[in-house]
Amino acid sequence: MAENEKNQYYPGSEEKPVPGMFLTWPFNFIGEKVIGGINILGMAIIFLCTALWKTFRPKQFSKVVHQVYYIGAGSTTIIMLVSLFTGMVLGLQSYHALSQFGAVGGLGALVSLSLIRELGPVLTAIMITARAGSAITAEVGIQRISEQIDALHTMRIDPFRYLISPRITAAIISFPLLTAVFDLIGIIGGYLTSVILLGLNAGVYSHSITSNVDMKDLTDGFIKAIVFAVIVATVCCYQGYFVHMRKDSHGAKAVGLATTSAVVTSCVLILVSDYVVTSLLLV
Amino acid sequence: MSKTPLIEFKDITKRFGTHTVLKNVNLQIFEGEVTTIIGLSGSGKSVLLKHIIGLLKPDEGTIFFRGKSLSEMKKPEISSSLRQISYMFQGNALFDSLTVYDNIALPLKETTNLKKTEIDRRVMARIEQTELTEAVYRYPSELSGGMQKRVALARALITDPQIVLFDEPTTGQDPVRKNAILSMIAQYQRKFNFTAIMVSHEIPDVYFISNRILALYDKSIVFQGTPEELANFDHPFNDEVINSLESLQKELTGLYSQRKFKVLNHAQLKRGETGEDYCVVVFTLSDLDAVIASLGHDTAQEIIHAIGLYIDKHFGAIGGFSTRRKTNEFVTALPYSNMVEAEKIMNDFVKDFQEQGISDIWKEAQKRAPSDKCVDFAIRAGIAEGQPVTEIDSIIDLAESQQKEIGRVRCGAKE
Repeated sequence: MAENEKNQYYPGSEEKPVPGMFLTWPFNFIGEKVIGGINILGMAIIFLCTALWKTFRPKQFSKVVHQVYYIGAGSTTIIMLVSLFTGMVLGLQSYHALSQFGAVGGLGALVSLSLIRELGPVLTAIMITARAGSAITAEVGIQRISEQIDALHTMRIDPFRYLISPRITAAIISFPLLTAVFDLIGIIGGYLTSVILLGLNAGVYSHSITSNVDMKDLTDGFIKAIVFAVIVATVCCYQGYFVHMRKDSHGAKAVGLATTSAVVTSCVLILVSDYVVTSLLLV
Repeated sequence: MSKTPLIEFKDITKRFGTHTVLKNVNLQIFEGEVTTIIGLSGSGKSVLLKHIIGLLKPDEGTIFFRGKSLSEMKKPEISSSLRQISYMFQGNALFDSLTVYDNIALPLKETTNLKKTEIDRRVMARIEQTELTEAVYRYPSELSGGMQKRVALARALITDPQIVLFDEPTTGQDPVRKNAILSMIAQYQRKFNFTAIMVSHEIPDVYFISNRILALYDKSIVFQGTPEELANFDHPFNDEVINSLESLQKELTGLYSQRKFKVLNHAQLKRGETGEDYCVVVFTLSDLDAVIASLGHDTAQEIIHAIGLYIDKHFGAIGGFSTRRKTNEFVTALPYSNMVEAEKIMNDFVKDFQEQGISDIWKEAQKRAPSDKCVDFAIRAGIAEGQPVTEIDSIIDLAESQQKEIGRVRCGAKE
């Protein structure tokens, strides 16, 4: 075993490579990365399951409510602002595009379906990641490096129950609610530009929505919101909770890198999972 | 039959990657005692402490709790053993988004089913005992370092633990505050009768409150015993660690450690003519507990510190040298002085002390912690003459037995 380790060549290592090892190191390198990735995925799933399981323990309700207030209520203003302008620009662009074909009657359906099926869940998740997700990683990360999580252990308080579970549960509650807010305000934004500004008939706009949007569109949107909530909360809590295990840095710098990594990973996973979930829902 | 240790380490080894921090550590900690682990920075003292509370697990070896191996215990049994332990972190580890009250109440709120009124009662009692009444609804970032330590101490004691681990409780504090914290730990240990395990650099101050000392050197425990036994411990640890820390203490306070004091006394006697007498003076601050009760630990330590400085300044100028023997006791050696000369020197000292010294000491104490509270304390002194052949400890005991009052403060007024 020791002999085997001795013969390995790693890029960047100072040891002189044994001839022939150049053929094996790419496989070694790729294998290491893949196994590492699978390990992290496994850890994250265990992390999520443990946190969800511990939600159903005593004394959790008030903590979940507090986090719903922070993640949900605290993000309402920014969500309303973003959704209003998204709906307005969608109404504006769609009106000019549809008017070329004399199809402005379908503008309400276009705006509402775009928002309910895609833009609402995705943009809400990205906005919450930027506002609350980054804060969760930084807060949990600082608690880790300043030994507050160790202090919880010494006080026999389960850090998962106290810190992680309420945040993940609150995200699962907040994301669909904020998505609903996003959809509603977005549709109002579309109304403002197409009806008030460009003179489309209000009845045509609302009829187009009610006749084309069905319950499945709404439930699909909420399913996506819940999937994004699980992804964002798990990634952000995970990055903060294990900040001390980062190999690239330590202390405050590690918290900064973990926060960046949490936001980037969450955003990428939101878009990737959006495609996967949409594909599954359309089957 | 020897008593079973509360905690015992057998051949504990801990590595972080390829770096070995602890190697074959063997130690014993007994119930109801104050045990202090001393060693240089980075020698693995905190790592050792974290093994006791279960934050770290050893790579090799066994930890015994009340004679039973932790590795053989079932999960509920380990949990019940560890529930008896509290930990005070070096950096306090207070929750900065919670107020002082909430920080202290946290373990009770989360791990018990006590009613709010009972939690309130217990938390407020601890807040009062740790002199934090004015900071109840403040956040940790709004408190001084000393107050944060007291909050951490109050939180560690709120569950009435049987064992409390202190990880460098005096880090970052000035000399007076350091002694105030150590004095507070000693007082609470007596009051609540817990077993205290402390990691500290504060040599020799920790000797005054510790029953046992464990010396961690070169990844292993090289000494276990009383502070007195440590003085006679012949090992490189004494030269490298104790001497360097004691030199630092001398620079800070002007007083020698007890060991250095004895060495210096021996050297002075060797330089003198054979059979030449010398004298020893013992000073004691009486009513220390009453001073702590009415003015707090900080002021009490300021008074002790000021007395130490005054004695050193006065006797240092005429060739005397002093040490702190107990929390409230100082010893000064007057080489080449027989009893007649020593009494003359003492008379001059007492005159100065009564005219100016005691007022200066009281003013110094007031500077740190102005208080309108009534305080009554006395300073006593006694002299004894010794022969070079006589053991200095017996001369000190004799001087102590002959003490009489040389100054008193009554409600802030000197007498």
